[in-house]
Amino acid sequence: MDDDQVFKALADPTRRHLLDRLFERDGRTLTELESELEMTRFGVMKHLRVLEDAGLVVPRREGREKLHFLNPVPIRLIHDRWIDKYTEHRVAALADLKNELEESA
Amino acid sequence: MTTMTAQTTQVYSVFIKATPEQVWDAITKPDFTEQYFFGARIDIKDGRRLTTLGEMEWDEEVLEAEAPTRLVHRFVAAYDPDMGAEEPSRVTWEIEPQDGGITKLTVVHDQLESAPKTAESVAGGWMYILSGLKTLLETGKPLAG
Repeated sequence: MDDDQVFKALADPTRRHLLDRLFERDGRTLTELESELEMTRFGVMKHLRVLEDAGLVVPRREGREKLHFLNPVPIRLIHDRWIDKYTEHRVAALADLKNELEESA
Repeated sequence: MTTMTAQTTQVYSVFIKATPEQVWDAITKPDFTEQYFFGARIDIKDGRRLTTLGEMEWDEEVLEAEAPTRLVHRFVAAYDPDMGAEEPSRVTWEIEPQDGGITKLTVVHDQLESAPKTAESVAGGWMYILSGLKTLLETGKPLAG
Protein backbone atom coordinates (compact mmCIF):
# COMPACT_ATOMS: atom_id res chain seq x y z
CA MET A 1 0.00 0.00 0.00
CA ASP A 2 1.41 3.38 -0.91
CA ASP A 3 0.50 7.01 -1.45
CA ASP A 4 -0.23 6.40 -5.14
CA GLN A 5 -3.09 4.08 -4.30
CA VAL A 6 -4.52 6.54 -1.79
CA PHE A 7 -4.37 9.46 -4.26
CA LYS A 8 -5.86 7.27 -6.98
CA ALA A 9 -8.67 6.12 -4.69
CA LEU A 10 -9.44 9.72 -3.71
CA ALA A 11 -9.42 10.91 -7.32
CA ASP A 12 -12.95 9.72 -7.98
CA PRO A 13 -16.16 11.47 -6.86
CA THR A 14 -18.09 8.24 -6.22
CA ARG A 15 -15.36 6.93 -3.96
CA ARG A 16 -15.15 10.23 -2.07
CA HIS A 17 -18.91 10.06 -1.72
CA LEU A 18 -18.64 6.56 -0.25
CA LEU A 19 -16.07 7.81 2.27
CA ASP A 20 -18.39 10.66 3.24
CA ARG A 21 -21.26 8.21 3.77
CA LEU A 22 -19.04 6.11 6.03
CA PHE A 23 -17.85 9.22 7.83
CA GLU A 24 -21.47 9.97 8.74
CA ARG A 25 -22.17 6.44 9.85
CA ASP A 26 -19.49 3.83 9.94
CA GLY A 27 -19.60 0.05 9.70
CA ARG A 28 -22.09 -0.43 6.86
CA THR A 29 -22.92 -3.36 4.62
CA LEU A 30 -22.65 -3.28 0.85
CA THR A 31 -26.45 -3.38 0.64
CA GLU A 32 -26.77 -0.25 2.80
CA LEU A 33 -24.16 1.64 0.80
CA GLU A 34 -25.67 0.55 -2.49
CA SER A 35 -29.11 1.84 -1.50
CA GLU A 36 -27.71 5.39 -1.27
CA LEU A 37 -26.03 5.41 -4.65
CA GLU A 38 -27.49 5.32 -8.11
CA MET A 39 -25.21 2.57 -9.18
CA THR A 40 -25.25 -1.18 -9.63
CA ARG A 41 -24.15 -3.45 -6.81
CA PHE A 42 -21.22 -4.49 -8.96
CA GLY A 43 -20.18 -0.86 -9.46
CA VAL A 44 -20.25 -0.14 -5.73
CA MET A 45 -18.27 -3.32 -5.06
CA LYS A 46 -15.63 -2.24 -7.55
CA HIS A 47 -15.24 1.16 -5.91
CA LEU A 48 -15.12 -0.37 -2.44
CA ARG A 49 -12.39 -2.67 -3.64
CA VAL A 50 -10.23 0.27 -4.73
CA LEU A 51 -10.82 1.94 -1.35
CA GLU A 52 -9.90 -1.30 0.43
CA ASP A 53 -6.71 -1.70 -1.59
CA ALA A 54 -5.72 1.82 -0.59
CA GLY A 55 -6.45 1.01 3.06
CA LEU A 56 -9.13 3.71 3.25
CA VAL A 57 -11.87 1.18 3.92
CA VAL A 58 -11.39 -1.82 6.17
CA PRO A 59 -13.89 -4.66 5.86
CA ARG A 60 -14.71 -6.68 8.96
CA ARG A 61 -16.93 -9.69 9.45
CA GLU A 62 -19.52 -9.41 12.15
CA GLY A 63 -21.66 -12.50 12.36
CA ARG A 64 -22.93 -13.15 8.87
CA GLU A 65 -22.39 -9.61 7.70
CA LYS A 66 -19.42 -7.92 6.13
CA LEU A 67 -19.22 -4.37 7.46
CA HIS A 68 -17.19 -1.60 5.89
CA PHE A 69 -15.32 0.80 8.13
CA LEU A 70 -13.69 4.07 7.17
CA ASN A 71 -9.99 4.10 8.01
CA PRO A 72 -8.76 7.70 8.12
CA VAL A 73 -5.12 6.84 8.87
CA PRO A 74 -3.89 6.93 5.23
CA ILE A 75 -5.35 10.43 4.89
CA ARG A 76 -3.56 11.46 8.04
CA LEU A 77 -0.31 10.06 6.64
CA ILE A 78 -0.79 12.06 3.45
CA HIS A 79 -1.44 15.08 5.58
CA ASP A 80 1.77 14.50 7.55
CA ARG A 81 3.78 13.87 4.40
CA TRP A 82 2.31 16.34 1.92
CA ILE A 83 0.64 19.12 3.84
CA ASP A 84 2.42 19.63 7.15
CA LYS A 85 5.76 19.72 5.41
CA TYR A 86 4.89 22.58 3.08
CA THR A 87 2.82 24.64 5.47
CA GLU A 88 5.52 24.33 8.10
CA HIS A 89 8.11 25.55 5.63
CA ARG A 90 5.99 28.58 4.85
CA VAL A 91 5.55 29.37 8.53
CA ALA A 92 9.28 29.00 9.08
CA ALA A 93 10.02 31.28 6.11
CA LEU A 94 7.77 33.96 7.57
CA ALA A 95 9.42 33.59 10.95
CA ASP A 96 12.85 34.01 9.33
CA LEU A 97 11.68 37.08 7.46
CA LYS A 98 10.35 38.59 10.67
CA ASN A 99 13.67 37.97 12.42
CA GLU A 100 15.66 39.48 9.58
CA LEU A 101 13.48 42.57 9.37
CA GLU A 102 13.63 43.08 13.10
CA GLU A 103 17.39 42.68 13.17
CA SER A 104 17.93 45.19 10.40
CA ALA A 105 15.49 47.66 11.94
CA MET B 1 -18.98 19.53 6.13
CA THR B 2 -21.13 17.17 8.12
CA THR B 3 -20.25 16.40 11.69
CA MET B 4 -19.29 12.93 12.61
CA THR B 5 -21.58 11.01 14.91
CA ALA B 6 -19.48 9.20 17.45
CA GLN B 7 -19.13 5.63 16.26
CA THR B 8 -19.54 2.80 18.75
CA THR B 9 -17.13 0.66 16.74
CA GLN B 10 -14.10 2.38 15.25
CA VAL B 11 -11.49 0.74 13.05
CA TYR B 12 -8.02 2.09 12.29
CA SER B 13 -5.41 0.36 10.20
CA VAL B 14 -1.88 1.10 9.08
CA PHE B 15 0.89 -0.71 7.16
CA ILE B 16 4.29 -0.44 8.81
CA LYS B 17 7.69 -1.46 7.49
CA ALA B 18 8.66 -3.44 10.58
CA THR B 19 8.35 -6.96 11.98
CA PRO B 20 5.36 -8.05 14.09
CA GLU B 21 7.74 -8.31 17.07
CA GLN B 22 8.82 -4.69 16.64
CA VAL B 23 5.20 -3.56 16.46
CA TRP B 24 4.38 -5.62 19.54
CA ASP B 25 7.24 -4.04 21.49
CA ALA B 26 6.17 -0.58 20.36
CA ILE B 27 2.68 -1.03 21.81
CA THR B 28 3.62 -2.87 25.02
CA LYS B 29 6.78 -1.13 26.22
CA PRO B 30 6.73 2.27 27.93
CA ASP B 31 9.99 3.53 26.40
CA PHE B 32 8.31 3.24 22.99
CA THR B 33 4.80 4.38 23.86
CA GLU B 34 5.94 7.64 25.39
CA GLN B 35 7.33 8.66 22.00
CA TYR B 36 4.03 8.49 20.13
CA PHE B 37 1.16 7.95 22.62
CA PHE B 38 0.75 11.55 23.78
CA GLY B 39 3.74 11.01 26.08
CA ALA B 40 2.04 8.21 28.01
CA ARG B 41 4.20 5.43 29.40
CA ILE B 42 2.21 2.22 28.91
CA ASP B 43 3.26 -1.12 30.32
CA ILE B 44 1.56 -4.48 29.85
CA LYS B 45 2.21 -6.50 32.98
CA ASP B 46 0.48 -9.24 34.97
CA GLY B 47 -2.79 -8.99 33.08
CA ARG B 48 -2.99 -5.20 33.47
CA ARG B 49 -2.26 -2.31 31.17
CA LEU B 50 -0.62 0.36 33.30
CA THR B 51 -0.52 3.92 32.04
CA THR B 52 1.51 6.77 33.48
CA LEU B 53 0.87 10.21 32.06
CA GLY B 54 2.51 13.11 33.88
CA GLU B 55 1.35 12.74 37.47
CA MET B 56 -1.62 10.54 36.58
CA GLU B 57 -1.60 6.81 36.77
CA TRP B 58 -4.29 4.27 35.98
CA ASP B 59 -4.68 0.73 34.76
CA GLU B 60 -7.03 -1.35 32.65
CA GLU B 61 -7.70 -5.06 32.43
CA VAL B 62 -5.92 -7.04 29.70
CA LEU B 63 -8.43 -9.46 28.18
CA GLU B 64 -6.09 -11.26 25.75
CA ALA B 65 -2.36 -11.03 25.12
CA GLU B 66 -0.78 -13.21 22.45
CA ALA B 67 2.61 -11.80 21.54
CA PRO B 68 3.25 -10.70 18.84
CA THR B 69 -0.13 -10.88 17.12
CA ARG B 70 -3.00 -9.89 19.37
CA LEU B 71 -3.67 -7.67 22.36
CA VAL B 72 -7.13 -6.95 23.75
CA HIS B 73 -7.72 -4.68 26.71
CA ARG B 74 -10.33 -2.54 28.41
CA PHE B 75 -10.11 1.17 27.74
CA VAL B 76 -10.92 3.95 30.17
CA ALA B 77 -10.13 7.56 29.27
CA ALA B 78 -8.99 8.24 32.83
CA TYR B 79 -7.02 11.32 31.71
CA ASP B 80 -10.30 13.24 31.60
CA PRO B 81 -12.76 13.27 34.54
CA ASP B 82 -15.93 13.27 32.36
CA MET B 83 -14.78 10.55 30.04
CA GLY B 84 -13.09 8.60 32.83
CA ALA B 85 -16.49 8.25 34.54
CA GLU B 86 -17.95 6.47 31.51
CA GLU B 87 -18.19 2.67 31.19
CA PRO B 88 -14.99 0.92 30.07
CA SER B 89 -14.83 0.17 26.33
CA ARG B 90 -12.57 -2.31 24.54
CA VAL B 91 -9.50 -1.97 22.32
CA THR B 92 -8.20 -4.81 20.11
CA TRP B 93 -4.76 -4.61 18.46
CA GLU B 94 -4.29 -7.05 15.58
CA ILE B 95 -0.80 -7.49 14.15
CA GLU B 96 -0.54 -9.37 10.83
CA PRO B 97 2.64 -9.94 8.83
CA GLN B 98 2.36 -9.12 5.09
CA ASP B 99 4.69 -9.72 2.17
CA GLY B 100 7.89 -7.70 1.83
CA GLY B 101 8.70 -7.07 5.49
CA ILE B 102 5.50 -5.13 6.04
CA THR B 103 3.21 -5.56 9.04
CA LYS B 104 -0.42 -4.59 9.11
CA LEU B 105 -1.61 -3.14 12.38
CA THR B 106 -5.35 -2.81 12.97
CA VAL B 107 -6.88 -1.16 16.02
CA VAL B 108 -10.55 -1.82 16.72
CA HIS B 109 -12.04 0.33 19.46
CA ASP B 110 -15.51 -0.98 20.26
CA GLN B 111 -18.08 -1.46 23.03
CA LEU B 112 -18.32 2.33 23.11
CA GLU B 113 -22.13 2.32 23.47
CA SER B 114 -21.97 3.52 27.08
CA ALA B 115 -19.06 5.87 26.53
CA PRO B 116 -20.28 8.49 24.02
CA LYS B 117 -17.86 11.23 25.10
CA THR B 118 -14.93 8.85 24.85
CA ALA B 119 -16.16 7.65 21.44
CA GLU B 120 -16.20 11.19 20.15
CA SER B 121 -12.86 12.13 21.62
CA VAL B 122 -10.66 9.16 20.64
CA ALA B 123 -11.24 9.26 16.87
CA GLY B 124 -8.62 11.91 16.14
CA GLY B 125 -6.38 10.45 18.81
CA TRP B 126 -6.04 7.02 17.24
CA MET B 127 -5.20 8.57 13.90
CA TYR B 128 -2.43 10.62 15.48
CA ILE B 129 -1.15 7.65 17.49
CA LEU B 130 -0.98 5.22 14.54
CA SER B 131 0.61 7.81 12.30
CA GLY B 132 3.20 8.50 15.01
CA LEU B 133 3.80 4.80 15.63
CA LYS B 134 4.47 4.21 11.94
CA THR B 135 6.88 7.14 11.77
CA LEU B 136 8.71 6.00 14.91
CA LEU B 137 9.18 2.41 13.69
CA GLU B 138 10.18 3.39 10.16
CA THR B 139 12.48 6.30 10.93
CA GLY B 140 13.43 5.74 14.58
CA LYS B 141 12.20 9.24 15.32
CA PRO B 142 8.96 10.53 16.84
CA LEU B 143 6.56 12.48 14.61
CA ALA B 144 7.55 16.13 14.47
CA GLY B 145 5.19 18.77 15.84
